[in-house]
Amino acid sequence: MKKMQLALMAVAAAALLIAPNMLKSYGIYLLSYWLVYIIATMGLNLTVGYAGQKSLGHAAFFGIGAYTVAILMKAGVSFWLGLPAAALLCFAVGLVLGFPALRVQAIYLAFATLGFNTAIWLLMRNEEWLTGGTFGINNIARPELAGLSLEGNLAYYYFVLAVTVLLALLLWGLLRSPWGKAFTALRDNPIRAESLGVSVRSYTLLSFAIGAAYAGIAGALFASLVQFIEPAPFAVAASIMMYLMVVVGGPGYFWGPVLGAAVGVIVPEWLRDVPGVSDWYLPLFGAAVVVLMVWLPEGLLSIPDRIRARREAREASAARSAAAANVGAVT
Amino acid sequence: MSTALLRVTDLKKSYGAIQAVGGVSFEVRPGEIFGVIGPNGSGKTTLFNSMLGQITPDSGRIELKGDDVTKLGPLALNRRGVGRTFQTLQVFGKMTVRENLIVAAQEHHGTMWSRMFAPGDSGLGPKADALIDQFRIRHVADKKAGTLSYGQQKLVDIGMAFMSDPDLVLLDEPCAGVNPSLVGGLSSLLKELNQTRKGSFVVIEHNMDFVMDLCHRIMVMVEGRVMAIGTPAEIRGNKQVLDAYLGN
Amino acid sequence: MTDFIQLFMSGLATGSIYALAALGFTLLWQASGTINFAQGEFVMLPAFAMLAFMSFGAPLSLSFVLTIVVAVFVLGWLFKRGLVDPLFKFGMMPIVVATIGLSIALRNGVRAGYSAEAHPFPSLFADKIFNVAGVTVTLADVGTFGLAVAIVLATQAFISKTVTGRAMQAVAQNTESASVLGINVPRMILYTFAINAALAVAAALLVTPTYLAKFDMGEGLGTKAFFAAIIGGFNNSRGALLGGLIVGVAENLASAYISPAYKDAVALVIFMVVILFKPQGLLGKKEERKV
Repeated sequence: MKKMQLALMAVAAAALLIAPNMLKSYGIYLLSYWLVYIIATMGLNLTVGYAGQKSLGHAAFFGIGAYTVAILMKAGVSFWLGLPAAALLCFAVGLVLGFPALRVQAIYLAFATLGFNTAIWLLMRNEEWLTGGTFGINNIARPELAGLSLEGNLAYYYFVLAVTVLLALLLWGLLRSPWGKAFTALRDNPIRAESLGVSVRSYTLLSFAIGAAYAGIAGALFASLVQFIEPAPFAVAASIMMYLMVVVGGPGYFWGPVLGAAVGVIVPEWLRDVPGVSDWYLPLFGAAVVVLMVWLPEGLLSIPDRIRARREAREASAARSAAAANVGAVT
Repeated sequence: MSTALLRVTDLKKSYGAIQAVGGVSFEVRPGEIFGVIGPNGSGKTTLFNSMLGQITPDSGRIELKGDDVTKLGPLALNRRGVGRTFQTLQVFGKMTVRENLIVAAQEHHGTMWSRMFAPGDSGLGPKADALIDQFRIRHVADKKAGTLSYGQQKLVDIGMAFMSDPDLVLLDEPCAGVNPSLVGGLSSLLKELNQTRKGSFVVIEHNMDFVMDLCHRIMVMVEGRVMAIGTPAEIRGNKQVLDAYLGN
Repeated sequence: MTDFIQLFMSGLATGSIYALAALGFTLLWQASGTINFAQGEFVMLPAFAMLAFMSFGAPLSLSFVLTIVVAVFVLGWLFKRGLVDPLFKFGMMPIVVATIGLSIALRNGVRAGYSAEAHPFPSLFADKIFNVAGVTVTLADVGTFGLAVAIVLATQAFISKTVTGRAMQAVAQNTESASVLGINVPRMILYTFAINAALAVAAALLVTPTYLAKFDMGEGLGTKAFFAAIIGGFNNSRGALLGGLIVGVAENLASAYISPAYKDAVALVIFMVVILFKPQGLLGKKEERKV
């Protein structure tokens, strides 16, 4: 990695570790909220950005993870069993959701995932005996880690940060491995990929399953963060926001989710506090998204690539002019 | 007489009332370059797609190394040692040339699970580099494939088909869109690959000089049927073929 | 039984409005691959525009015409040139997200900049009630249904019977071939956007008297139109009409016979069932994956 990237990462790491100590409780809570959405968005980035699938139902997995942990904890099961249970359940359900993806063309896959999200949301809303219906589940505790209570916002923040870093490293390792190239091949040209021995079937299913598992873990962390859950954050509107986060950050870029989740979670909050904005924070956010998309259709992180492409085009054009100038010169 | 690498027996495929392929039989021997020529609409593409598992023939048999592979799809065929190039370029634009070549063979090494979290190039770096040198595209090896010229992308496309050391490579109009001055180089390259790797090729092509120069044997298809199979000299001298297709 | 028929009839009226919005939505998709997540807001804005014109003293009919002109320019031409054209070659993702942003901006912009209240809107139809064989129907229901269906059928007739319409169809089915045939593809796509804008204004005219003009009226409407388009068949214009009517009637019946709380869930449930068993919609043609 280049020196500039390492320096940036060092600064970011320092900020993430130190800054919360200087923030008020709400600020720390917001940072944790952002980290949780980074995890969920990382999963969706794999499915949509790297593997090229259409998934507009990601919030359903987020919700399944949250409710799994909440329900299990209410039944006396430890958070530390609930978390892996949430991940595994979401992995399995994600695998199942991948099957329609194998048979159905892109736009219809998007609809199918919407339908799936709707079904899950309806379940959450109506099955009161299991999920508490619209009343939700409250008093979700924060866990204890080796005797240390994670009750406080700061302690829980560091815990969520650790999980985020761990999951990011796992994803990094996966994408650097042959799997990363297989996903990209699947995204860019599934017919060619198939003819080269890349199992479109396996990688499609796995892209859904792994993405779902990430959302499930995020949901589990979310439950203990907000300590009260109800169906609203897991509806289709939330899935659409998550999709927005992936695309705005930059689909297929590793750090895309960090920026995308920041745009989706932090920017609206920040805008709200800017003097004079008040009620206009949402329309401004919406307008910003439109402008951003028209200017940078491949997301915020496509800026370096665009600069590079423009530079290469200028160099090629200069080389051509130089060559053309020499054509006339005869000795 | 060595056994055939590929044997196609009485292959038939119709689309409704139109019989695209009406009973085609031929053999491809190990190590030979087998050309398939014929006017447009003669069924070459349908034949090709049947051999590659993209479509299922109505009847007939396709045998690869003695095994019946008639009903297998592209993935299974590739695992059994069949590679192909495409008429319209199909490289992975966002990956570099080297990455394109690596992904073309990585699924043949180990299992999915052994590849998870494994080093990025699956140990295929040296092999990819050898191919890059053979194709003389060293200077663009680290560029994104989508930024290359058409001719360079064509070479990458062909290289990808060979990375997994297939026994049989099907080339779909390799000269399409290629600058005439580069066609000769393409022909030499394919001959070189044929000699060093000892695989068999089946080539569909319209460029007659190219086909006559490159292929050991040629099959002429007209209206879904085989009109003649023979060496380039035999085909050039075949009156029926001349009348129907090549002209005087 | 008379209750059922009454509910059925008023359901048809609502459904026909969904059909208007769904038709525009489907046409946009077919012509340019655009999924317009702001379709609901495209109905909400004209409602407020008409109210604005009327507040300056214009009669409803003039306001309607003026709004169509403005809508065709803003929601048709400007939308296409400003948002869709630059993003066209980048695939579905950026357009989808941009229209999501647009819907957030428009919805909340009206709320912050104009009013968060619900405003009354004059109805085209007088407050009359008919009684046919014991069944009570309002003039508004009959009128709305008749007018909306007439507009939908007129649009479909335009598309299938006029030269321009057929050119638009050609563009929708195969853009490359159409341009090779000499059809001005960008203009045909522009016409589609213009028609969508006009259909949205018509929908606003018919739906706002009942639902009142409010900044969030587009949310529910947009979602229902989306479901209706998919239920009917996303690659078939006739599907929009069928889907809209099905959703309208089912909603009404469910609201009365099951519970008002389930009104919104009905469209969802039908949508899910269709997605599971016939993802291309009731009238849609099957499009298999080509791998």
